[in-house]
Amino acid sequence: MVAGATAIEARNVVKTFGSGSEAFNALDNVSVTIRQNEFFTLLGPSGCGKTTLLRMIAGFELPTSGEIMLDGQPVAHLPPFKRQVNTVFQSYALFPHLTVAQNIAFGLEMLRRSKSEIDAQVDKMLKLVQMEPMRNRRVNQISGGQQQRVALARALAPHPKVLLLDEPLSALDLKLRKGMQIELKRLQMETGITFIFVTHDQEEALTMSDRVAVMSKGKILQIGTPTEIYERPSDRFVADFIGETNFTQAEVLERQGDEGRLRLCSGVEIVQQINSLAGIGDKVTLAIRPERIELAPHDDACQFSGTVQNVVYFGTDTTYHLNIQGGGHMTVRLQNRWGHQSVLQAGDEVGLRVPPEAMQVLKD
Amino acid sequence: MSEVTAAGETLTATNIMRRGRRPRFDVKHQPGFGFMAVLCVLMLYGPIVLLVTYSFNQNPSITIWTSFSFDWYVKAYHNEQIRDAAFLSLKIAFFASLASTCAATMAAIATTRVKPYRGLTLAYTIINQPLMVPEIVTGIATLVFFALIKQMTGIYGLGYLITAHIVFCIPFAYMPIRARLEDMDLTYETAAADLYATPWQTFKRITFPMMIPGILGGAMLAFVISLDDVVITVLVSGPGEETFPLYMIGAIRRGVTPELNAVATAFLCLSALLVTVFFLVTRKKKE
Ligand SMILES: Nc1ncnc2c1ncn2[C@@H]1O[C@H](COP(=O)(O)OP(=O)(O)O)[C@@H](O)[C@H]1O
Ligand SMILES: [Mg+2]
Repeated sequence: MVAGATAIEARNVVKTFGSGSEAFNALDNVSVTIRQNEFFTLLGPSGCGKTTLLRMIAGFELPTSGEIMLDGQPVAHLPPFKRQVNTVFQSYALFPHLTVAQNIAFGLEMLRRSKSEIDAQVDKMLKLVQMEPMRNRRVNQISGGQQQRVALARALAPHPKVLLLDEPLSALDLKLRKGMQIELKRLQMETGITFIFVTHDQEEALTMSDRVAVMSKGKILQIGTPTEIYERPSDRFVADFIGETNFTQAEVLERQGDEGRLRLCSGVEIVQQINSLAGIGDKVTLAIRPERIELAPHDDACQFSGTVQNVVYFGTDTTYHLNIQGGGHMTVRLQNRWGHQSVLQAGDEVGLRVPPEAMQVLKD
Repeated sequence: MSEVTAAGETLTATNIMRRGRRPRFDVKHQPGFGFMAVLCVLMLYGPIVLLVTYSFNQNPSITIWTSFSFDWYVKAYHNEQIRDAAFLSLKIAFFASLASTCAATMAAIATTRVKPYRGLTLAYTIINQPLMVPEIVTGIATLVFFALIKQMTGIYGLGYLITAHIVFCIPFAYMPIRARLEDMDLTYETAAADLYATPWQTFKRITFPMMIPGILGGAMLAFVISLDDVVITVLVSGPGEETFPLYMIGAIRRGVTPELNAVATAFLCLSALLVTVFFLVTRKKKE
């Protein structure tokens, strides 16, 4: 397997539901390339078109325009049962009249594999998802978490080129979900299969994925590694959707190449990468993560100053809500590395120090 | 009235503790509810209990109880006429339920496993309409129609009666099968296609096995309906084609005997058995 080779490609895919005045684009010119052996996540709020994109890759739905390529070949003419893609459904969709083992064997039987091969593969899969003792149970005689594992094993058994997972963990409680996150990652590495994982949970996306595509209203806004998405969000929606972010306005005073001199709301001037996002005189938005800000007595190295409004203790860290001089609020999160020392209290005046690389200029 | 309301409210309070929801209007606590309930049950089952009881009466009079015996059952069992009628009814019901269930199964698939199209509602109506047409009308229409065919072809026989039964059983067989299919989430079929099953394999391995409870239910219902039919049967049956219900009606004309009680009881047991099986197979399994 060539590293970086393409597994799935969507080219300018549009999906329109309804017609006439009720026509509505569930997917609006989506292009994405997913590499082989990658754990790729589609992340976005409910209704943004994640399931629709998955269904098109699986073949349950055809694009209104644009193309889906599997292994470099267009697949529009292929019905689902001819695509080497398997799905883990949100509702699992385990066949209720079959046992756990029969469910797992189903795909292999349809592919007309030999009896001995099927038996061996079913055993392997049961072991992989740690369900050997349950092999002869009916699927309604096992718990939700176990059904989840069986659904995974069933989809993995035919060794598809790509595995599609549609919010597979959303029905599980928090503890099971954390366990399954680790499990899924392990399965993906062990099998070497490309995973396309759908979720609306940003934490899940960040912890599991090689790359993430952030979607909103039928469009892909940004594709990148979890670090890129978190540290360098391309726009306000992404910055806001992933983690917590402070937004603050600044004015461009001067430009030189990619850099610009900006005046913050506090009046302090800084030099910052702005690329080609804005010209002189334009207002830009800066995104600053709460954990990147340091609190200090006010001095010249501080970009902002403010008043503590309230202090919220979270165990591992403490969050300070501040009123910023010159307008707006900011949230600052400090780790309680040496225990919780409540040095600051509501009403205290304080300076905020932000390393330049922690400020990200956004297009609005 | 105020007392009733007070009692109702006390009960509501315990309900809140027990189940956490509050029924607004509990019919069980309206005045006269208990009396009405008992009356209805008596009206429904009283005569049947009486019928069953007297089938075990030794006395040939059907109003005077003397002692318990199985005599009438033994007598009925040895009655050639009853045996013939029972056998004929079972034979007709067997073919009628078999054929009508096949047709109903295909109709149910064709009306639930397709993209909605113009005329789908019309199709439902056409399948279910025979339930709305008065049976006597269907019966006479069938009689006239069959007479025409007999005249044209010169072919006679039991086939006509069986055909009539097949036809009126179809909507009864259709209902449970369609209900079952509508209950079945399409995701199962989608999942099968995802796992490389062709449409035919999907039907054979997933759709069909999952709809079996509905099919059994439909067949059972069709069987009972066919066994029990009088109106159409009276009109369509040829000479010598005396089904079980027809025999019973004829026997009553000749005078009611405990033998008839015994026969009716046996018939009741068979129907009850079939209906019980029907409920067991169509019962929704807890997930
Ligand atoms: N078959 C359909 N007919 C009409 N609208 C649909 C259909 N499927 C999805 N949609 C609409 O398309 C949008 C995207 O849906 P979906 O892909 O399921 O979102 P997500 O999975 O991200 O929550 C939603 O607004 C949904 O209502
Ligand atoms: Mg979805």
